[in-house]
Amino acid sequence: MKGKNVFILLLVLVAIAALTAVSLLGVGNAASTSDSSDEVQYELATDENGELATDENGSAQIVAIATTEATTVEGETASETTTEERIGYGGYKNIKLGLDLKGGVYIVYGPENDETPDSADMDAAVSMLQQRVEYKGYYDAEVSQEGTNKIRVEIPGVEDAAAVVEEIGEAAHLTFRAMNDDGTPGDILVDGTDVEDAGKAYQNNSVVVTLKFNENGRQAFAEATQNNVGKQIGIYMDDMLISAPTVNQAITDGNAIITGDFDAEGAEDLAAKIRSGSLPFSLKALEYNAVGARLGADSLSTSVKAGAVGIVLVLVFMLLVYRLPGFLADIALVGYTAINIIILSLTGISLTLPGVAGIVLGIGMAVDANVIVFERIKEEIRAGKSVKTAIHNGFDRALSAILDGNITTLIACAVLLWLGTGPIKGFAQTLILSIVVSMFSALVVTRLLLNLCANIGIKSPKLYGGK
Amino acid sequence: MKIVKYRKIYIVISMVFIIIGIAAMIFNSVKGNGAFNYDIQFTGGTSIQVDLGQAVSDEEVSQVIQDITGEAPAQIQSLEETSKIIKTKSLEVETRNEIQEALKDKYGIENDSFTIQDVSGTISSEMKKNSVLSIVISCVCMLIYVSLRFKDFNIGASSVLALCHDALIVTGSYALLRIPFNNNYIAVVLTILGYSINATIVIFDRLREDRKVIGRNNFEALVDTAVNQTLRRSIFTSLTVFFTVVCLCIWGVDSIKQFALPIAVGVVAGAYSSVFISGNIWYILASLRFKKKQAKTGKK
Repeated sequence: MKGKNVFILLLVLVAIAALTAVSLLGVGNAASTSDSSDEVQYELATDENGELATDENGSAQIVAIATTEATTVEGETASETTTEERIGYGGYKNIKLGLDLKGGVYIVYGPENDETPDSADMDAAVSMLQQRVEYKGYYDAEVSQEGTNKIRVEIPGVEDAAAVVEEIGEAAHLTFRAMNDDGTPGDILVDGTDVEDAGKAYQNNSVVVTLKFNENGRQAFAEATQNNVGKQIGIYMDDMLISAPTVNQAITDGNAIITGDFDAEGAEDLAAKIRSGSLPFSLKALEYNAVGARLGADSLSTSVKAGAVGIVLVLVFMLLVYRLPGFLADIALVGYTAINIIILSLTGISLTLPGVAGIVLGIGMAVDANVIVFERIKEEIRAGKSVKTAIHNGFDRALSAILDGNITTLIACAVLLWLGTGPIKGFAQTLILSIVVSMFSALVVTRLLLNLCANIGIKSPKLYGGK
Repeated sequence: MKIVKYRKIYIVISMVFIIIGIAAMIFNSVKGNGAFNYDIQFTGGTSIQVDLGQAVSDEEVSQVIQDITGEAPAQIQSLEETSKIIKTKSLEVETRNEIQEALKDKYGIENDSFTIQDVSGTISSEMKKNSVLSIVISCVCMLIYVSLRFKDFNIGASSVLALCHDALIVTGSYALLRIPFNNNYIAVVLTILGYSINATIVIFDRLREDRKVIGRNNFEALVDTAVNQTLRRSIFTSLTVFFTVVCLCIWGVDSIKQFALPIAVGVVAGAYSSVFISGNIWYILASLRFKKKQAKTGKK
């Protein structure tokens, strides 16, 4: 019995030590990114474009315009390869840093006159900006919708905000162009603003992209298709080819369909890109902020230092006030910090400056749960209960208070997550994570450790706060 | 410790602090500085934070800006040593570029010394709306949750009133200490509300348990016992949180300090309100209802 408990205790301690090691060192190699890789990928992408454009001649189909899946997939692979820059896993070095910690530029776009476009138009606008930043070579950029009518673009590692705002400021220009034999773009046939709508539809069990032109576009498109039957028409976002369907027949009524081996997502993606060329609203940079990389690095190192000192103070405090249980709680707190770091690095939640504060505050919550329990255990022991019973009752009676207290804090976090933006969202995410992990640390790990110690025979009430 | 007996003193102390905060807001706005030290996230405009690498007077920097924009910047604030925060109305990209170039030339600094922020009026008005909204929504959600969990509306109401007390004091500290009022404010207040209600719940949880021993209607004894039973916990937890926050205050960079300072104030306010205010509000509410009930049954 005793031997078994010693064994489990050792096992738990080893597990916590292992978690701590992982959080410090990570699994696999530490992440390293080189600046040159971006450019290589960019060139790769354009090469693929060129090839795709020339290789697809002759894939004609029954419907008006035909293309193959390959063209649209290309856009996705470009973004996928670039987000995967982390090589190792789980270590603190793998935590994704928010812009305020690593430096960079963010821009919040919104419609010029604060209208609220429908969600399809917003998707199109997000897609347009995504294309735009990728086209400009910012492969690390993240474009996301914020609220109902705002779009946040975050570009890490860039220092000159002004240049970026100017570069991606204007809306991308969508054009339908003739294609030269070598795959290079030729004359502009139809302007993107003449597209009235583009969408996804189902036809004969396959997904297609529908195109609808306005009066101007109908005429231009009729003429273009008449002159290019059997040839490809390139759809370009600025100078970037997004699709190169082959014309099967002249289309005079302004309604066309692009077929190919799309999946639903691919078709939606292409439709959104085409729609973005005809956004019914114009985007304006409502807010932008650039954080110098040096400032970001300073913020990170000082706040990590402050956090570390804070944690050590708390550990010492617990040890001095609660002795054995305090020591066990300290072990659980180290586990809490390690688990927190590992989860942060695995989930890719961005760690922002307020986020660091969130983690430190989470430690407060973890300690609180321990304090409530230990005070309760002390009371029980002083009331003459045995150590084992006291531990059992202490956790039992403290549970409702700990749960209620944490749930109400989670309510506040949920509201922050809902209404907050940017770094505040990061704060809410890390605080939620911290609260959940801290409850686990206090209610499961500390409890297990206490019970094991009591079972092993460390039963002197003095050690648990008795007189 | 007697909580209920001296309730008037405790409530007056709270009132004094709240009034100091409100007075600071009024004083500042009368002086024409705005009730709070609004950051551009709330006012709209451009903010340039720059480390000039040398000690430079505000007037000199102001002159550089004026030469380019034609008017003096709304505010220049000196940070520790060589850093400045320059706030102007929202600038066009070209104008801002010119300023950046001029400062780079004049003081021999590089782009990485700048932190530039620009916020339009649309965002700033949304910001104001969201911060009020999120505090109100959180309070209502907590009121509902606590009332349901404890099956006692008085407990929900007194917890939330204690929260309003904390929110008021933290907001007052923003006005009094001129802490930059930006979107961190929402996070700070909601964190404090979370902490404070946590502490309050621990006390009421004890009170709920004590009812079985002390009796439902012995309000004064209930409050005093519950508060005293949880006092060590209230003090220790606030202390540990206070430690960590003070560390952030001492070693953190400016933006962390702006975050940690009001939280430090809030932790103290929250601990005070949990121990001295929430129980007393419950005592007052419960006694009132009890008297009403008695009057009703008396009439019958």
